[in-house]
Amino acid sequence: MSEKLVIIGNGMAPGRMLEHLFEKSPGRYEITIFNAEPRVNYDRIMLSPVLSGEKDYEQIIIHGDGWYIKNGITLYKGHRVVAIDRAAKTVTSEQGVTASYDKLVIATGSVPFILPVPGNDLPGVLSYRDLDDVKAMLLAAQSRAKAIVIGGGLLGLEAAAGLAARDMDVTVVHLMPSLMERQLDPAAGYMLQRELESRGIKIITKAQTKAVLGERRVEGIELADGRIIHASLVVMAAGIKPNAWLAKAAGLATNRGILVDDAMRTSDPDVFALGECAEVAGHVYGLVAPLYEMARVVAAHLAGDAEPHFVHNDTPTKLKVTGIDLFSLGDFADGDDRQEIVLRDAAAGVYKRLVLKENRIIGTVLYGETADGAWFNDLKRRAVDISEIRDTLIFGQAHQGGAPLDPMAAVAALPDDAEICGCNGVCKGKIVGAILAKGLMSLDDVRAHTKASASCGSCTGLVEQVMKLTLGDTYNPAAVQPICGCTTLGHDDVRRLIKAKGVKTIYAVMQELEWKTSCGCAKCRPALNYYLVCEWPGEYADDYQSRFINERAHANIQKDGTYSVVPRMWGGVTSSKELRAIADVVDKFAIPTVKVTGGQRIDMLGVKKEDLPALWADLGAAGFVSGHAYAKGLRTVKTCVGTDWCRFGTQDSTGLGIRIEKFMWGSWTPAKVKMAVSGCPRNCAEATCKDVGVVCVESGYEIHFAGAAGLDIKGTEVLGLVKTEDEVLEVVVALVQMYREQARYLERIYKWTKRVGVEEIRRQVLDDVGRRRAYFARFVYSQKFAQVDPWSERFSGLHKYEYRPLAAVGLSQVAE
Amino acid sequence: MRWTAIGQLSDIPVRGARCIATPQGRIAIFRTGDDRVFAIDDHCPHKGGPLSQGIVHGASVTCPLHSWVISLESGRAQGADEGCVRTIPVKVEGGKLYIALGLPNGRAA
Repeated sequence: MSEKLVIIGNGMAPGRMLEHLFEKSPGRYEITIFNAEPRVNYDRIMLSPVLSGEKDYEQIIIHGDGWYIKNGITLYKGHRVVAIDRAAKTVTSEQGVTASYDKLVIATGSVPFILPVPGNDLPGVLSYRDLDDVKAMLLAAQSRAKAIVIGGGLLGLEAAAGLAARDMDVTVVHLMPSLMERQLDPAAGYMLQRELESRGIKIITKAQTKAVLGERRVEGIELADGRIIHASLVVMAAGIKPNAWLAKAAGLATNRGILVDDAMRTSDPDVFALGECAEVAGHVYGLVAPLYEMARVVAAHLAGDAEPHFVHNDTPTKLKVTGIDLFSLGDFADGDDRQEIVLRDAAAGVYKRLVLKENRIIGTVLYGETADGAWFNDLKRRAVDISEIRDTLIFGQAHQGGAPLDPMAAVAALPDDAEICGCNGVCKGKIVGAILAKGLMSLDDVRAHTKASASCGSCTGLVEQVMKLTLGDTYNPAAVQPICGCTTLGHDDVRRLIKAKGVKTIYAVMQELEWKTSCGCAKCRPALNYYLVCEWPGEYADDYQSRFINERAHANIQKDGTYSVVPRMWGGVTSSKELRAIADVVDKFAIPTVKVTGGQRIDMLGVKKEDLPALWADLGAAGFVSGHAYAKGLRTVKTCVGTDWCRFGTQDSTGLGIRIEKFMWGSWTPAKVKMAVSGCPRNCAEATCKDVGVVCVESGYEIHFAGAAGLDIKGTEVLGLVKTEDEVLEVVVALVQMYREQARYLERIYKWTKRVGVEEIRRQVLDDVGRRRAYFARFVYSQKFAQVDPWSERFSGLHKYEYRPLAAVGLSQVAE
Repeated sequence: MRWTAIGQLSDIPVRGARCIATPQGRIAIFRTGDDRVFAIDDHCPHKGGPLSQGIVHGASVTCPLHSWVISLESGRAQGADEGCVRTIPVKVEGGKLYIALGLPNGRAA
């Protein structure tokens, strides 16, 4: 005859226990379950997705009715057990059902902590523990009204995010200074708060709830400082406590929870307890991993295996809110005997902190990027001495061992459908396939058969790496000049990998492409910043700390640390009003030198950095915007007076120059771009030594490019002749966009052209109309984000700190 | 050593710098990517460039004028360049920044 097993509670822990038991000892017990909830076993962890609408109840059921039938389990749904008679070995439910047992498992879980404040029992005050709570919240959410969540811990924030996803106006009230203070340090708590606030959730920290307000149902809460917040729904998520009263009433030993030994046995050897109601070695648990571990232990003992014991392990915490990646583990308080390793990327919202003691990880907080959480957990659990890998530890597993410095690793990791050659749309798989199928051995063969790197050639390095990976040591690619000492990769490879891997922050690039330094250097950071600005115009947050001072301060630094300021004069045309405004600021700020530049505008030199925002405000009031004379970007479009005045003029060169400048200003480019439009072949605007030039002729417009008149002197190449101003604009913009997408950082157009070839550029931006329009469209899109006057942003208060000293310290403060 | 409060750590951008004006000239206060703080004279040993305006990487800064790389820890020029700037004791306590200036030329009061 089989023994009788009775289980009080039907949550995830006893469910898992039964699975183990059926595996180890099928048919040994006749099982009866009492479930206070009127339903089967479901995944409580998934209540948050149900609340937010990402899942529904059916999707989170763990054991359906069929499972109970198949295993011969008697399940009393909606039966709350009210008494255990240990002498008679029976339990009795509220409805009067009595069942006798040989072995009893108590899995009564936990109860929410309800704040002992007036009004806490009003209708509309809910907790967040089970499906009924979620159903009540969903009902309340239909009103789209205001909700308050008391408690800024794991549960409270999930509830808040879920209600906000249901369009409720949510305020989180939290007693402590920062959110999730038990799992997160203040820095990560702050980032989390910012993210939730950006989703429209209001957060009040250091807020003690004094009372729940309302007559017949809840109308709001009052805080200890007297503030009143209105709401028609109040969710109490201020914590849980083990549900141990039933065990206590039955005379079992209890403390915070039901006391059990490491076999999960209570003070009565025939009674086990597991789950949130159990207290083992001073710990109670609320996360699923240790509860499942308890389930394994109880199942073993029920099956007659006395070996397994429950061992305490810190459990990582994760917040289940879509779009927020957060991981926390162990102990992360500061201490004299502890060191920490921190990695932050504010722009990307990434924060990582490892707390070390005696060269071992004792705590981890990851925010924004949590992929390495499991690895850190493993190192902590095994107490691995990390001194050997300390320098790269924070970058995660991918950066350890022999792999990180292998330049091939990044290419090897690319999927087969990753695009290698953008010009001809060739993916990695196609190149590998062709090499293997046709026995290709040289770069020229690969170019001939696949067209990869046969156009602009910027992907040559990558194609060679694919060949090396496929052919092994029999292939020896030419050495690529790395960007700087921080990497083995060259500019072209980095650009293409940014695109192929879809990485969108500088520190992600460094991570993905296995940079050898923690935060790069003054060579690679500006380059990476440009590549990301160019590749992801709408998404990438410009990292000003990775820009050279001129682009950070939006003025040109001079040898004495002062700055020069050049406002834009469209096409070199100005007016009395503009000149008067310039004269006024020169007087007002006592600017020592005013000079006409080679690009047809006016330079004010010797401006103190502190004066810049005020000076820009005055210039802005006169209608000036930044001339970007400091930028790797569009500088000037020089013009002559054309048909407006000149007796030789063939077209409106001034108007065309202004049109081009107004269309293209603000764009960032690999190196500076200077342009000119001349009204006739006499070429008074000197268009034939510019990066891009237009020479007007009777029959239309001759487009020139790749000239130089600096370190090198070089006449332009002729791209071709077009008939209308509209075509000029389209071709010039497409040319600059192609340059933006393909050139190496700091490489001027003439050097890029020398690498790529005039023919290839002409083919892409003049002959191939479809491709030209695609370049044009990408430029137009990126201008949506780039065409913002940086001066006006700054005199309006952006980056104030850049222009002010932090403090002034007087003599008296210096003397001892 | 006498510590003078000069502001908050959060006043300085990560991988950035701010200046303070003192009777001994401008001093640059740096904050690194891992939130360490350093203070050195805002004066490159090469041609006097304002180091506070440079790009901060690791515990170094690259001078904006001629790209000398200066160690924030030692004040020494890195690589083949030779030169050194004064480093000044600075500390963070509870998010606040303090500097210990001492007297010019190292004289005791």
